[in-house]
Amino acid sequence: MYRDSVMQNVYLSIVLAPLAGAVIAGLFRNRISRGVAHWVAILGVAASTVLSLYVLYGFVAGELPVFNANIYTWATVGGWSFHIGFLIDHLSALMMAVVSFISLMVHIYTIGYMAEDPGYKRFFSYIALFTFSMLMLVMSNNFVQLFFGWEAVGLVSYLLIGFWFKRDSATFANLKAFLVNRVGDFGFLLGIAVILAYFGSLDYVQVFAAAGKVSTQTITVFADHPWSVLSLAAILLFVGAMAKSAQVPLHVWLPDSMEGPTPISALIHAATMVTAGIFMVARMSPIFEYSETALSVVLVIGAITAFFTGLIGLVQTDIKRVIAYSTLSQLGYMTVALGASAYSIAIFHLMTHAFFKALLFLGAGSVIIAMHHEQDMRSMGGLRKYMPITFITMWVGTLALIGFPGTAGFFSKDLIIEAVAASHIAGSTFAYWSVLLGVLITSLYSFRLLYLTFYGAEHMDAHTREQLSESPWVVWVPLVMLAIPSLLIGWLTVRGIVFGDFLSQALFVLPGHEALATLAEEFHGPGQFALHGLFGAPFWLAVAGFAIATYVYRQRPELAHRLKDGFGVVARILENKYGFDDFNQTVFARGAMGLGRALWRGADATLIDGALVNGSARSVGWASQVIRQLQSGYLFHYAFIMILGLLALLGFFVLL
Amino acid sequence: MFEQILFYLFSSTLVLASLAVISVRNPVHAALFLVLAFFNAAALWVLLEAEFLAATLVIVYVGAVMVLFLFVVMMLDINIARMREGFARHLPIGAAVALVLVGEILVVVGSNYFSAENYPWRALGGDGFSNTVFLADALFTRHLFAFEVAAVILLVAIIAAIMLTLRKRTGTRTQVPGQQVRIRREDRIRMVRMDGERP
Amino acid sequence: MIPLSHYLALGGLLFCIGVAGIFLNRKNIILLLMAIELMLLAVNMNFVAFSRFLGDANGQVFVFFILTVAAAEAAIGLAILVVLFRNRQSINVDEINRLKG
Repeated sequence: MYRDSVMQNVYLSIVLAPLAGAVIAGLFRNRISRGVAHWVAILGVAASTVLSLYVLYGFVAGELPVFNANIYTWATVGGWSFHIGFLIDHLSALMMAVVSFISLMVHIYTIGYMAEDPGYKRFFSYIALFTFSMLMLVMSNNFVQLFFGWEAVGLVSYLLIGFWFKRDSATFANLKAFLVNRVGDFGFLLGIAVILAYFGSLDYVQVFAAAGKVSTQTITVFADHPWSVLSLAAILLFVGAMAKSAQVPLHVWLPDSMEGPTPISALIHAATMVTAGIFMVARMSPIFEYSETALSVVLVIGAITAFFTGLIGLVQTDIKRVIAYSTLSQLGYMTVALGASAYSIAIFHLMTHAFFKALLFLGAGSVIIAMHHEQDMRSMGGLRKYMPITFITMWVGTLALIGFPGTAGFFSKDLIIEAVAASHIAGSTFAYWSVLLGVLITSLYSFRLLYLTFYGAEHMDAHTREQLSESPWVVWVPLVMLAIPSLLIGWLTVRGIVFGDFLSQALFVLPGHEALATLAEEFHGPGQFALHGLFGAPFWLAVAGFAIATYVYRQRPELAHRLKDGFGVVARILENKYGFDDFNQTVFARGAMGLGRALWRGADATLIDGALVNGSARSVGWASQVIRQLQSGYLFHYAFIMILGLLALLGFFVLL
Repeated sequence: MFEQILFYLFSSTLVLASLAVISVRNPVHAALFLVLAFFNAAALWVLLEAEFLAATLVIVYVGAVMVLFLFVVMMLDINIARMREGFARHLPIGAAVALVLVGEILVVVGSNYFSAENYPWRALGGDGFSNTVFLADALFTRHLFAFEVAAVILLVAIIAAIMLTLRKRTGTRTQVPGQQVRIRREDRIRMVRMDGERP
Repeated sequence: MIPLSHYLALGGLLFCIGVAGIFLNRKNIILLLMAIELMLLAVNMNFVAFSRFLGDANGQVFVFFILTVAAAEAAIGLAILVVLFRNRQSINVDEINRLKG
C-alpha cells in the first residue's frame, strides 16, 4: 500500500492540485464565475490537505518510509545536475500538514472576507499559487528547488501585498517586501554557492552526509583571516532566513505587508511564508550544528528581534500592526530556539504559532469587516457585545499567545525559554533575558489589543454601530476551527514532537549542544509541565502584564496618555520603529535613487549622450563646417591649393 | 657666341611676353602677347634643332588655337572696366608662391646635375639630318597606336565642342529625312465618299 | 653652346608665371585658359630640351601629342566658356562658385 510509486503520485498530487486550482482560477478568470473559481481553488487545496494529513498520519503511525527521489532532471551543467525532487520525512510531513490546513482555512475564510472585492478570482488564484510554492519549498530535496520555492513565495507575497494595486501604500509595501527579501536572497544564493563549491552537490542527503568532513575546511576570503566553510555557508543561509522570517534588521517589510488583505496576513505573514526561514534552518541543522559561530549569530539576532519588536507593538494603533509586531516577536522566539540547538522546539512553536496567530489575524479580519474596513483601534471599543464568537476566539488566541499554561502556546514558549536557559553558547544569557522579558511585553500588548477593541467605551460612529453584527459563518467557522488546536494541540503533541523521535531523523544535534537533552530529562509529561509552569517566571510575568494592561486600559484609560507623555522620548523612538525605516529610506532608497540620478545625469546624459553621442555628432558637424570652407566653389582656389600641395611635395624632395 | 645672343634675346622676350599676358588689362592684348610668346618659343626650338616642332607650334598653336581664343574673346561682350579689380590685393601671395616655386625649380635645375659636362652638345647625325625624319621615325613606328588615339581624341573634341554649343534656332524649318521616309499614305490622305454638289 | 640648365630654367620660369597667372587672375576665365597654355608651353620646352640633349626622339614625340591634346582641350574649354557666358552673362571667375560646399 505504501509503495514508492503510489506515494510518488500522492506527493505529486499534493503539490500539483493547488497549482491546477491556481491556473484555472487565474488564467481563465474571465470565463468562469466566482463560484467556479473559488471551488476550483478550494478543491485543490482541500485535496492537498487531505493527502497531507494522510501522509502525516502515516509517519505518526510509523508506517510510511522516508521518501527521497528525484522526479525530474531539470538541467545538467558541467558536472552538476539540478533536479526536481521530494524529500518527505517527518519534518516535511509536519510542515505540509500545517501549510495545507491553514491554507484551506484561509481559502474558506476568503469567500466571506473578499466577497465584495472585484479581484475575487485573482485572489483565489494567488493564494492557491502560494500554497503550491510553499509546498514545493518544504517538500524539496535539494537546494535549487528550495530556492525556487523561496523565490516563488516571495513573488506571490509581492503580488498579494500589492493586491489592491491602485493604492500607493500597497505598491510601496510590496516593493519594499520584495527588495528586502532580495537582500536576503543574495545572501542565500551565496550560501548555496559555497555549498555547491565545497560539497560538489546540492542534494540534501549528500550534503548532510558530507557535512562532518567539510566542517574542518577553511576558506580565506580576506587575506590572513581564514573562516570555517560551514560557518560561512550557515551564516549566509541564515541571511536568507533573516529576510524571509523577518529578523532584525531585515524585518522592516513585515509591518508594511499589512497593506494586503487580512487573509493573506494570516496565511503568509503569520503561519507559513515567514516560517520558511525557520524551516530552512531546521532542515539545515546538520550544517548549523557544526558552526557554533552561526548558532550564536542566530541566537543573538533572534533574541534582539524577540524583545525589541515586541516593544514597538505597544504603541501601534492599527489592529493588524499590533499583531504584525507580535508575529515579528514570535519569529524571534523561534529563531532563538534554533540558536539554542533546540530545533524540534522551534518547529513545535512554528506549528502552534501558526494556529494561534492565524486565529488572531482572522479574528482581526472579522472585526475589520464588521467595522467596514476600519482598522484603527481607537475607533473601536465595546465590540464584545456585538461579536461574541469573534470575541471568545480572540481571547483563546490571546491566551495561547501569552503562553497561559495549558494552551498550545504555553508549551512551545516555555520550552523555548527553558532551552535557552540550558544552552551555553555565546549570547545565550542575553537571549534568555530577552525572551523572558519578552513575555511581559507580549502580555501587555495582547491585552491592550483586547481591551481597546472589545471593551471600554464605544468610539465608532452611530452608522457603523447600527450595522455591527457577527460575521457570516464562512468567517467564524475557520476561527473556531483554529481555536481548537490553539488550545489542545500542545497537550497532544508536545511529547511526541519535541522529545520523542518524531523529528529526530530529520533534525540533527551534535552531542555538545545538549540543551534539548537537558530538558528531556526534566520533562515528565504535559500535565506536570503545565502545573510546573504555573509557578514559573514566565507565567508571573504574563500575569504582571495582564495586571498592568487591565489597570491602564480598563480602570484608568487616561493614564495611558499620561504615561505616553511621561515616556515621551521612548514613545517616539518606538513609534519611529527605532529609525530602521527612516534609515533604509534615507540611506538605501534615496542613496540608490541618488546614485541612479547621478549616473543618469553624469554618466548617461552628460558623458554618453552629451560627449560621446551628441558630442561626436557635434564634432563631425564642426569639422565639416571648417572643412566646408575649402569648398569655395572657385576654380582658382582649387588650382591654387593644388599648386601649394605641389610646392610642399617639391620642397620635401628638394630639401631632403 | 651668336647663338647665345639669340638665345638670350628670344628667352627674354618670351619671359616678358608671358608676364604681360597675365598682367595687361585688355584680354585681346593678352592674347596677342601670348602669340608673341609662342613665336619666341618656336624660335628657341629652332635653336634646339627641332624645326618641325617649331613650325607645328606656329601653325597649329598660334594659327588655330590662339585664333580660336581671339574669336571667343572678341565674341563675348566683356565689361573691361570691372576686369582688373582685386589684382593688387592678391599680388603679394601670388607673387610669393610663384617666387618660391621658381626658387625651388632653380635650385634643382641650376645644380651641377644638369651642367654641360653631364649633358654635352652632341651632333645628331650628319648633314642630312632632318628633324622631320627623326620625328617620323619614332612616331610612325613605335608610337603608331598613340598617334591614332590622338586622332580620335581630336575627333571627340570636335564633337564635344559642337555638342556643347550648338543651339537650335526656333522658327527655321529643316528637313528630317528619316521621318520623311517613314511617312505612310494613310497619314496624309483620307478617302471620303461624298455626294457631288452643284456649284 | 647653351647648356641644358638654361633651357630648363627657362621652362621653370615660364611654368611659375603660368601658376601666378592662375592665381592672380580673378576676373577672366579666358586669362585662366591662357595661363594654362603657358604652363603647357613650359613643359614642352622642357621636353624638347631634354630630347635634344639626350638624342632621344621620344621627347619630341611627346611634345607632338601634348600639342594635340592641348589644342583639343583649348577647344572644349572655350566651348564650355561660351555656354557658361550664355547662361550667366558673365565670365567673372568670382561669380562662378556654384560648386560651393
